[in-house]
Order: sequence, then C-alpha cells, then structure tokens
Amino acid sequence: MTEEKYIFTPKTKKNLVMLAVAGVIAVVLGIVLMQSGGHGHGDAHGAEAAAHGAEAAAHGSAVWLKRVMAGLWINNVFFIGVALIGLFFWSFNYAAQAGWSAPILRIPMAFSNWLPLGLILMLVVFFVGGHDIFHWTHEGLYDKASPEYDPIIDGKKEYLNTPFFLIRMVVYVVVWYLFAKKMQSLSLKEDLEGGHSYWHKIRVYAALFLVFFGITSSTSAWDWVMSIDTHWFSTLFGWYSMSSWLVSGVAMTILLVVYLKEKGYLPMVNSNHLHDLGKFLFGFSIFWAYLWVSQFLLYYYANIPEEVVYYWERWENGLYHGFWFLNIILNFVLPFLVLMTRDSKRHNIFLKMVCVIVLAGHWIDFYLGVEPGVMKENGGFGFYEIGITMIYLSAFLFIVLNSLSKIRLVPKNHPMLQESEHHHI
Amino acid sequence: MASDKNFVLGIFDDEDVLLKAVTKIRKSGVKIDEVYSPFPVHGLDEVLGYKRSKISVAAFLFGLTGFSLALLMQFYMLKFDWPMIIGGKNFASVTFVPVTFELTVLLGAFGMVGTFFVIQDLKPWGKSKSPDLRSTDDKHVMAIELSENTLSTSEIESVLKDSGASEVNLKQID
Repeated sequence: MTEEKYIFTPKTKKNLVMLAVAGVIAVVLGIVLMQSGGHGHGDAHGAEAAAHGAEAAAHGSAVWLKRVMAGLWINNVFFIGVALIGLFFWSFNYAAQAGWSAPILRIPMAFSNWLPLGLILMLVVFFVGGHDIFHWTHEGLYDKASPEYDPIIDGKKEYLNTPFFLIRMVVYVVVWYLFAKKMQSLSLKEDLEGGHSYWHKIRVYAALFLVFFGITSSTSAWDWVMSIDTHWFSTLFGWYSMSSWLVSGVAMTILLVVYLKEKGYLPMVNSNHLHDLGKFLFGFSIFWAYLWVSQFLLYYYANIPEEVVYYWERWENGLYHGFWFLNIILNFVLPFLVLMTRDSKRHNIFLKMVCVIVLAGHWIDFYLGVEPGVMKENGGFGFYEIGITMIYLSAFLFIVLNSLSKIRLVPKNHPMLQESEHHHI
Repeated sequence: MASDKNFVLGIFDDEDVLLKAVTKIRKSGVKIDEVYSPFPVHGLDEVLGYKRSKISVAAFLFGLTGFSLALLMQFYMLKFDWPMIIGGKNFASVTFVPVTFELTVLLGAFGMVGTFFVIQDLKPWGKSKSPDLRSTDDKHVMAIELSENTLSTSEIESVLKDSGASEVNLKQID
C-alpha cells in the first residue's frame, strides 16, 4: 500500500506489447481488405471506392494509401493533444494553487513524455504523406498559369506554406516539451530538498506555459486539423479542438489514477479526489458540447454555401453521418446523463466506463475532422483505423508508465499534500 | 404559553471541541435539536446525522420545467403563431438550443434558490431563530429541547459540561 514508486511489471509490459501486436495484425488485415476493395465494411462502399480509384490515382496516391496516412494523422493529433493536456492539467492546477490534486499531478505530467516521439511521428507522416493529407501543399494551387490555381488558397500562402508550417510545428512541440522538462525537474528537486521555493518556481513556469498554451493550442489545431479543409474556417475551431483534447486528457488521467489506485498505489487518493476529477470530466464534456453547438448553430442558421459545405460533406456521406451522431451521443449525451449524480463520480466503475466512452468519442471527433477532408467520399472505417489506434495507444501507455516507474508517484515534499489528505467534499 | 419550548443551550468556543461534543452527546442518547454557528463548520452536518440535502432534485425538476417551457414556447411561436423562415429552413429546430439552454439554467437556478428560501424560512421580515444571538458573533450554540429528551435537565447539563461547553444556559422560547 505504501509503495512510493510504480513498478512497471513485465506482465503489464507484455499486455501492452500484446495490444500493439493485435494492432499490427488488425492494420495488416485492414490494409489487405482495403486493397482488395473490401473496404472493411460492406461491398457497396468497396465498389464506389473502386470507381473513384482511377480519379484519385490521377490526383495523388492510391485511395488505400491516403486512408493509411489519414489514420496515422488522426492518431498523431489525438495523442499529442492528450500529451499536451497532461501538461496543461498540471499547469492550471499550479496556477490556481489547487491543493487537492497534489498527489495525482505527476500522472498527467507523465503524458508530456510522449511529446518527442509525437513530434517525430508528425514530421515523418508529414514528409511521407503530407501531400495526401494537406490539399494546400499542392504547388499548382499557387501558380496562376496552372489549371489547379486557387485564388483563395493562394491568399493564405503567407501563413500556410510548408516551411513555416514545419517551423511552427517544431517550435510548438519543442517549447511545450521544454516547459514540461523544466517543471518535472523542479518537482523532482523538491522531492530531495523540500521547502516552498520549488512550488513557487513551478507556479511561475506554469503561468508562463498557460500563456503559451492559450495561443498555441488554437494555432496548432488550425494547422493540424482545420487546414485540411483549406477553404473552410471557423474562428471557434481552436477552442473546439482544445476542449476535445481536454476531455480526452482528463479521461486518460482518471483512467490511470483509477488503474494505479486499484493496483494499490496512491493510498492518499480517495473518492473525494475522484469526485473532483469526475467533475472536470463532466464539466469539460458540457463545455465541449457547448462549443460544438456554437460552431454548428451559426453555420446552420446562416446557411452560407462556403461555410455549410464542411457540414454537408459530413452529413451526406452515410459513413460520416453515423459518426456525426455518434460523436454527440458519446461525448455529450452519455457523459452528461451518467455523470450527473454525485455517486457516479465517486465510484470507479462509472468513471472508467465514461472515460472509455469519451476517449473513443473524442477520437471519433478528430476522425470527423480529418477523414472527410482527406478522403472526401472514399473514407472508411474498419480494422485499419482500430489497429493503428491500438498501436498508438500501446506506445503512449508504454512511455507514460515507463516514465512513471522512474519517479516517485506522489511528490514527497509538495506543500499542498497535507491539504489534499484532508480533502473532503 | 402552551407552545413554549424549554431548551438547554450549550455554548461552545471552538469548533473542534464542538464536533467532538456533538458525537459524544449523541452517543449518550441526547437528541440535539439544532446547532447554531457563526460560520459553516466542516463535517458538522455529518456528525449531527443529517441526510444529504435533496435540493439537487428540486434543481433538476425546475430545470426540466424550464427546458419544456422553452421548447413549447418556441414551437408555438415559430410553428403556429408567427411561422418564420430561418436560414432557408421553414422550421429551424437547431436554433432552439440557446433559448432552451438559457431557460433551463434560469429556472433551475431561480427554482433552487427559491426552494432554499422557502425550506429555510428566509424572508426579509423574518427573525433569527437562534436562541442565543452570540451564535452570529463568536460562539457555537447547541440547542437541546427538553421535551424531546428523556434525560432530566441536570443530566443534560452535566453531559454538556463534560463534553467541553464553556457555559450552559436554560431558555424558554415561544
């Protein structure tokens, strides 16, 4: 019960490797099905995909390759967002001088160790498949002589061009990671030396990070998700994506806290702490729904063709249409109804259930942001998408748990520990 | 008067003493009528054995009223009373969301506050129910009603003294 360090057992490692292996099998199966035109779901779609195959081939990579790239990009964006939110969670707790969360803060902070690998994966996928994912990377769009010339996209080229895009991507992730490393090392020094000075120092860094996060969480979402539908834009999109990441990050934190708690770690954490985490999940789910409606409502209401087209693409296609409703049911209706009562926020089983639901739901949210823009009407969902997500999840958990096993789970000399121990709501 | 109630009042200076006293006194079989405090004492409602407030149920019901009212109102207005074409749609149901949301919150909040006022009997012309007005300053006042208890006055007094009351008074309230 009084374990100070998390032991990353060979059994857990084996389970994670098994998850990745199952993912690889699903990916291979999915790609084989895509190539044979099976498409993973129904033959009607396969025929349609084959019909468009020739057109797509003239335009770039084969349909199946595009789908592979889209699947990689969805997971890149989703998991780097969860990693970023871990850092955000830590920072807003420090900035707000929250006491109750002191014993669990190192768990979301560990998410940020995904950032270096996340950046590498993003760069690799961009260099290999950026042309398939991002329409604006096509050179003809900026050439007045070309039949492909697009004055609207040409007007965005000062901001939306490959070198600047890459610089932004690297700067965002590197600065996030430097903040994470600095705050992690300060927290570890606090373990050794104690005193209040480290807490104050971390608080300063946390506040600075929040300013940087406030801007870059939006601008990164513009780059990584919104720019896929290059013509379309929404001024709310940054917050909308941030809230989606936020709910996923909080859900991942709760899952890991509950997991560690059930393994006998974190003796200090009780149902009061879970209740507060559950409130975050509940509140941010409603916040997400609020932004979702706010974005949708204005476009629906105004009914301007160049704006509505974004929703039209998702509404007309049978595949996206289903996900479109699933998105709202999984991310708003279910968490709202299940987590409304006090008791459900205080019991592991309800929390775990809702966390898994919203993690799947917000993955779908990013799927809906990326897939229709990349694949147009040829999009699909099948073994490949499930498999690639399993691989990413396995790698993410491996990095997080591995880094947690190297430090004390609970910061030993955190000045708020006493307050957290008496936390009672 | 016949409706007079006789109280034994235990005055406490410190909330930690008070919390321990409440547990001890309830264990000795004395029924506590109410404890009046100048500030919210954490955990006091639990040691007094109070059940969790049902005000959230009231909030939900008022919210539901607001939700239904808003939908009915907009449905009537835009479908029957003054049909309008919004955004090319002759019945733009998604535009109902903001008004529905606001009315749900409004009625939920007002209903909850109103319910609280009624239950607590809070009104501008109301009088403090505290048997000893020092409970609005720096003392915690524990009121024990004699007719609800089987123990005698002197027994209750000694229990109060034993558990740390700084003074014990008798008071008749009509």
